[in-house]
Amino acid sequence: MDGIDFDLYRGEAFGFLGPNGAGKSSTMRMISCVSPPTDGELTILDGDPVRDGAAIRGRLGVVPQEDTLDLELTVRENLLVYGRYFGLPKKLIRERTDQLLDFVQLTDRRDDKVDPLSGGMKRRLTIARSLINDPDILILDEPSTGLDPQARHVVWDRLYRLKQRGVTLILTTHYMDEAEQLCDRLVVMDHAQIVAAGTPRELIEAYSSPEVLELRFAPELHEQAAEKIKDLSSERIEATADRIMLYVRDGDEALRRVREHGLEPAASFVRRSTLEDVFLHLTGRRLVE
Amino acid sequence: MSSAARRDDPPVDVVSPIRSGYLRVLPPVGNLRRLKNAPGPVGLGGRPPQAPPTAGRAPRGSARLIERHARAYRHMWLVFASGVAEPLFYLLSIGIGLGVLVGKVAGPTGQLVPYREFVAPGLLAVSAMNGAMYDSTFNVFFRLKYEKLYDAVLATPVGPFEIALGEIGWALLRGAIYAVAFTLVMAVMGLVPSWWAVFAVPVAVLVGFAFAAVGMAGTTYMKSWQDFDYVILISMPLFLFSTTFYPLSVYPRVVGVIVEWTPLYQGVVLLRDLVLGVPGWDLLWRAAYLGLMGLAGLRLAARRVAKLLLV
Amino acid sequence: MACSPGGSDPPQYLPGGSDPPQTPPAHGGLLAPHTPSGEASGLPGAPGSWDLTIRALRCWLVVYRRIWRSSIASSFLGPLFYLGAMGFGLGSLVNAHGTARLGGVPYLEFVAPAILASQSMTTAMSESTFPVFGSVKWNKIYIAAQATPLRPADIYRGHLLFNTLRIAMNSAVFLAIMAAFGAVRSPWIILGLPAATLTGLAFAAPVAAWAVTLEVETSFNYVLRFGMIPLMLFSATFFPLSQLPGWLRPVAYATPLWHGVELCRGLSLGTLTMGAAAIHVGYLVALSVVGIWAGGRTYRRRLYV
Repeated sequence: MDGIDFDLYRGEAFGFLGPNGAGKSSTMRMISCVSPPTDGELTILDGDPVRDGAAIRGRLGVVPQEDTLDLELTVRENLLVYGRYFGLPKKLIRERTDQLLDFVQLTDRRDDKVDPLSGGMKRRLTIARSLINDPDILILDEPSTGLDPQARHVVWDRLYRLKQRGVTLILTTHYMDEAEQLCDRLVVMDHAQIVAAGTPRELIEAYSSPEVLELRFAPELHEQAAEKIKDLSSERIEATADRIMLYVRDGDEALRRVREHGLEPAASFVRRSTLEDVFLHLTGRRLVE
Repeated sequence: MSSAARRDDPPVDVVSPIRSGYLRVLPPVGNLRRLKNAPGPVGLGGRPPQAPPTAGRAPRGSARLIERHARAYRHMWLVFASGVAEPLFYLLSIGIGLGVLVGKVAGPTGQLVPYREFVAPGLLAVSAMNGAMYDSTFNVFFRLKYEKLYDAVLATPVGPFEIALGEIGWALLRGAIYAVAFTLVMAVMGLVPSWWAVFAVPVAVLVGFAFAAVGMAGTTYMKSWQDFDYVILISMPLFLFSTTFYPLSVYPRVVGVIVEWTPLYQGVVLLRDLVLGVPGWDLLWRAAYLGLMGLAGLRLAARRVAKLLLV
Repeated sequence: MACSPGGSDPPQYLPGGSDPPQTPPAHGGLLAPHTPSGEASGLPGAPGSWDLTIRALRCWLVVYRRIWRSSIASSFLGPLFYLGAMGFGLGSLVNAHGTARLGGVPYLEFVAPAILASQSMTTAMSESTFPVFGSVKWNKIYIAAQATPLRPADIYRGHLLFNTLRIAMNSAVFLAIMAAFGAVRSPWIILGLPAATLTGLAFAAPVAAWAVTLEVETSFNYVLRFGMIPLMLFSATFFPLSQLPGWLRPVAYATPLWHGVELCRGLSLGTLTMGAAAIHVGYLVALSVVGIWAGGRTYRRRLYV
């Protein structure tokens, strides 16, 4: 890791956005006191991860990237057993188990084995499990990766409610929509370094324009069109192998200008700027390769 | 690069401080209200203050892991129970079926004993070893590589040493249960002539501990299922050659000396001497051998688990 | 093997190009075309069943090339250890007491052919339980093979043939060990190779047919612990059947391993009569045939659904 430095406020959702291999999971492991920090200082909940690791972990909740659910136990037993690892008394765990299963809407599956559950259900169960010790901070590593769109929205919904209740979230993701919707502040990572930080709105304002005009031309005309557009426009242009993107204030107006200059795109599309564009600007690469 | 505070409350550096030992109310989950600056105990009514869960005390975490295994095996109790069948079959087949063809055999002090009385304590040691090795080899490998159970556990206050201790504890518990069951069968069949046999169960636990620890340590080095042939490659000769079925005098001198230093042999001698009622002072250092083997395995296993999972 | 209308280059797909080629091109010239011999166009003719079985076998041979080293431990050293411990160690006790009940032969010669037969059984059982189940559920080798011209029966037979070859190989190795240790009495033991292989086949065929139908593998534990181990211990392997209580003997007569043990022992000691051989071989062959027939059906039901 290289100079990761950030502070965290209570009750907010803090995001780490970056492509695979950017070092997000490694950072998460260090924060959750599972891996030792490679260099420098790390203070969590006023404790030193190396010395007070076990005590700090007692106050954290972790939702790992791969659901490490116990396939040999039922849904309810997963929560019971996990709660026992924290040393919580059995009666308390039982109460909380019922409440948590209700929160993630898995009460009707409580006595089923974990294996046949869908991916979305398993992720919800993992979230419920991570809350069994009533943590101060909930750490989520790529919470919606591998889920179908409907399941993703259910997960976001639950996380949003947690935020409303005041739970502090740290999450990593490589999905820009997840970062935009859930995170109050975020940090963009690439190659184990922080390349930008701020709220999603701030980042988009700082590193991208309000709107983006995407153009596609026929394959053989693509290169010439890119050259022509670069010549006539002073705004930022990104040309990939199949698209040309113009970062402008007003997309429709830009499209008109392009047409005025004799270029007729095969397809055009005006959209708002996203964090994907921010990342592209900062690193020249896409979030999802 | 902390940005200027956007909140009304002053930023509490990296969230709320915890001070070890201070009382803090844990509000019910349904009401996860966070009070903004909350350094001291807060009464949210209805719930007595609780100390933060104490973490880092070694035996507790291990006991939790054992609890988890017990719960999981409740779903598969028949698999668990059937593990004791194998030594019993050997007892019936070779101990009794073959016994007539063997007649009497020289026991520990040279006195002649019926063959089945000779074989039974040997198989008792084997049952303890088997029980311990099932759970400390195959199942540990499975939990480590496929179930990723330990990854989940390490996100809690339980640490790698406690995981190793818990796994070994469970494996030796299983070995002990098998040993007790086997001893009962032996008693029913009239194969327990001496009161010294009372010590058979703790000794079997010791045998289980030694093999559970070493088994788990070895398993942490394995990379694939093929490596389990090494487990069989070690446990099968131990089973066959540790004087389970015939006395040491059968061997040529050189081979006999080698066998006398192998681990299962210690267990077999210990149990045979106790069950037949002829304990000697050498049993003490044999027990120490097994104990040291177990402790060494435990330390190695803990270190290996930490190395594998905490990187 | 390039086939093109007139020239020697592989056909290229060009918009508005030359005469349409007779052989349909693959992916715009990306892959070199290949036509099975004798066919110019249309669907290739279905290969014969034996041909397909051999193809399935080849897949397993490739797998074996990676794992053969570790199988040495179980196939070679395991039986060797048993021979050493039981044949010599236990043997010294039995020989000292009197071998009249064994028919007057040293215990080593009594027990070695039994170990030969039971080793075939253990190899057969371990290779037709977990690997078969795993090929459906874990590494999905069978599922992948389904997408080829192989039919379920070919997949079954290819795997069975592989397992039979392994059993034969292990038996050959053990026979050599037996001869080396002087545990053989009669030259008829040469037939011990087909005898042991047949014993293994009689287990492998029906067990594989059953194993492919399972959803969870827990049943294997029971079959191995409560089926295979008792068979190994009570089928006149370590002690003659006369030691079993009278009511248990017919049970042994009905199980395959007893037949295999009697067959191998009779050959090794030279005491086998034609009548007895006919019965033992007949039983094992019948069991194998039933197994192979069943396997064709169960594999089809499992892999075509």
